[in-house]
Amino acid sequence: MPEILIEAVISFFLLLGGAFALIGSIGLARLPDLFTRLHGPTKATTLGVGGILVASALHFSTGGRTLSLHELLVTLFLFATAPVSAYLIARAALHLRAPSDPDKQRLDRTGAEE
Amino acid sequence: MNRLVPQPMFSLFLWLVWLLLVNALDPGHVVLGAFLALALPLFTARFWPDQPCMGRPLILLAYLGVFLWDIVVANLTVARLILGPVGRLRPAFVTIPLDLKNDFAITVLAHSISLTPGTVSAMVSEDRLSLLVHVLDLDDEALLVQRIKKRYEAPLKEIFPC
Repeated sequence: MPEILIEAVISFFLLLGGAFALIGSIGLARLPDLFTRLHGPTKATTLGVGGILVASALHFSTGGRTLSLHELLVTLFLFATAPVSAYLIARAALHLRAPSDPDKQRLDRTGAEE
Repeated sequence: MNRLVPQPMFSLFLWLVWLLLVNALDPGHVVLGAFLALALPLFTARFWPDQPCMGRPLILLAYLGVFLWDIVVANLTVARLILGPVGRLRPAFVTIPLDLKNDFAITVLAHSISLTPGTVSAMVSEDRLSLLVHVLDLDDEALLVQRIKKRYEAPLKEIFPC
């Protein structure tokens, strides 16, 4: 009986992770400009990947197998690298003055401060 | 002590990463990991010109807790924003004045801002005095700046006091 319970919890986290990764991708497709689109991918790596990793850790730690904590490392490396790429893309876009849809003036103002 | 173990926290971190990488706790790996954790900081010391000093490591745990909770809460908010009417979003750039001085502490703050949904850090000014942040849906600029300063920067200041 507990096995079914554990599998239910694992499925829950898999679905949760998948749903957030999907929402992140939808964001990438729907949002209007480069800066808002940055929000999708950097977020999909947090809760989306997080949910899948929790499921993975649970799956490999239960059912007679040894405790598996590899997933912590995946989280750690993702958390360390995802913001760096987002930062680089944002910085390059600012440098090239990529259009920021709704309030251009704000971008120009911040660009002038450089 | 200080010459042999220049960065105790870094060593501890490396040791934990090693043990997680091999995913086992047998004595051989514990010793090998400890050896690497002591040796690597010594050999890479010259790449760390400006070492952060750890003031109160325990606050780091509390900080992580707040941070993880914020990720969950804010993810839900952003999911709602993305699936809702996109035209109603109010994206904007916000400049956050920095009180942190240490490069590493600023990096941690910028990472935290990027990982909590709704905000992405875009640029640290050359003089390290301000951080440009892009906000997906800005409600109240002053409130956001105050929130980030209080929730993230204040504990980081205590963790890395110099």
